[in-house]
Amino acid sequence: MTRNRLSPYFLNGLLLALALLASVAIGAVYIAPGMVLRIFWAQIPGVDVGMAGLETAVTIILQVRLPHTVLVALTGAALAGSGAAYQGLFRNPLADPYLIGVASGAGLGAVIAMSRSWPTTWLGLYAVPVAAFLGAVITIIIVYNLAKTGATLQTTTLILAGVAVSSFATALTSFLMLRSNAELRRALGWLLGGSLLSGWTPVLAMLPYVTIGLLLLLTTGHALNVLQFGDDQAQQMGLNVERTKRLLLIAASLTTAAAVAFSGIIGFIGLIVPHVVRMIWGPDYRRLTPLSILGGATLLLLADILARVALAPQVLPVGVVTALAGAPFFLWILYRAKTKVTW
Amino acid sequence: MLEIRNLTVAYGSRVVLQDISLNIMPGQILAVIGPNGAGKSTLVRSVSGVLPVSGGTVMIGTRPLHTLSANQRARCLAVVPQARQLPGAFTVYETILLGRTPYLGWLGKSGSQDHEQAAWALRRTRLTELAGRKVSELSGGEQQRVLLARALAQAAPVLLLDEPTTHLDLQHQAGLLNLLRELALERQLAVLIVLHDLNLAGLYADQVALLVDGRLQALGSPKEVLTSRNLTAVFHVPIDVIPHPAYGTPLVLPDGVANLPARRPLPVSL
Repeated sequence: MTRNRLSPYFLNGLLLALALLASVAIGAVYIAPGMVLRIFWAQIPGVDVGMAGLETAVTIILQVRLPHTVLVALTGAALAGSGAAYQGLFRNPLADPYLIGVASGAGLGAVIAMSRSWPTTWLGLYAVPVAAFLGAVITIIIVYNLAKTGATLQTTTLILAGVAVSSFATALTSFLMLRSNAELRRALGWLLGGSLLSGWTPVLAMLPYVTIGLLLLLTTGHALNVLQFGDDQAQQMGLNVERTKRLLLIAASLTTAAAVAFSGIIGFIGLIVPHVVRMIWGPDYRRLTPLSILGGATLLLLADILARVALAPQVLPVGVVTALAGAPFFLWILYRAKTKVTW
Repeated sequence: MLEIRNLTVAYGSRVVLQDISLNIMPGQILAVIGPNGAGKSTLVRSVSGVLPVSGGTVMIGTRPLHTLSANQRARCLAVVPQARQLPGAFTVYETILLGRTPYLGWLGKSGSQDHEQAAWALRRTRLTELAGRKVSELSGGEQQRVLLARALAQAAPVLLLDEPTTHLDLQHQAGLLNLLRELALERQLAVLIVLHDLNLAGLYADQVALLVDGRLQALGSPKEVLTSRNLTAVFHVPIDVIPHPAYGTPLVLPDGVANLPARRPLPVSL
């Protein structure tokens, strides 16, 4: 009963706001949250707070930390939102864009595009996510067909097919990177989960893909609920199953691809967040998807803060942090699934 | 109400249902019986529009099935599958409310009428007290009632059931079929039910269809179809049929025992 007193949306929104504030405040130079808020306040036209002597702080916050923070939040939201959708689509609690190979496929697509034109021009910047999207969709179709035995999709075969295809895509990616010019070698850091470009450019380039993808996914809650009964029953309950699955696949892959194109391959966010949300707030996808989106942004922000402060001044790729925390979680889910099968 | 005309279904070149014609009037129950692999489940899947039909037509009222969208079809025809195919994490009420899907929009926003229908289905299947429980916490018999309630909430005039009694004990088998009998009359439903148990078919059905190797071997009243001759030929064991002592409906007794060596009393060791 106590859990109903606090709206889960309010709680998750509050946590996200705190994570956003912490992410902007924490860095090589700590800027107190009060100061951060004052700087934001000063940006509203017509407000005059007096920022004399604070020009450096203003620049750090508005030109460096805020765009980085927004990029991380969008990435986390995208990964967790698409993770929830893949889990519902495949009726499989272990479907995560990373584990089923979609992220690696998107990464390969992105690297192929980058080896043609480094994303310094706007054209290149928009070509990368499109290539990542194609890579993601091709991968998911291959994995799905490899994993499907008859009409059923087993957890083990899905993960096995995902790992196999993912390894192949990763090998191709490494090959392309080693073969190419020095610029692409810089992309190694990106691939492990670091942003490729700084400033507002990648945020603006990513925003349309993530927005469209997540808005589409947010409409699919009821359809995902019906899909949990399996294809036959879902159709007998009046759902156009083929169209629904196609929409889910496109929206989830678009969202994943946008995240990968600008933030590299970051595992386990899409696995952990929907899982925890499901454990606390239940299986209804009309709530699960939006809460996962909020929670994904929060969790990746926290991981990113950790990546920045753990070995400061060195910055770890955030993908390393999520993998260090996520892999044990994955094993815990596997262990739990052995003893209890409700999800 | 449900009229199946010359239905043929094939997987590639393999014909699994051939030239099936059945007609079920409102308020009537038709039981489909037959050995394993005869095509009973295929019949349910094709009539519900999940499996494409190779030939013939299925009419629901005056409307041919293949012209309907999934949504329109679900308003005309509801299916009760076997209970093990249920996600466990939804509550009983959530599951039943999902039966209203054909009347809801893409976002699934339910109105007061949907909740009324769901509550009615809940009451009718005696699940009201379990409404807030998770489906995984229920017994097999209760889960089967949840699926029936979901189909009732769908408010379709045609109901298909695929071996709903297979995993139930005797008490729940009778309970489910009695309820179905009442509902068929009360709501004037046309019911097609696949049954494994020939005695239940004899007791509850208005018509029995005997399906063998994808063909309709016999169709008629229980008395006409459930005969020693028909059943012995199909099931390859001698089968006796005697009238039910109370209702006169056919009672089916497999009689292979005579051919076995005499049963020895079990050794008693204390």
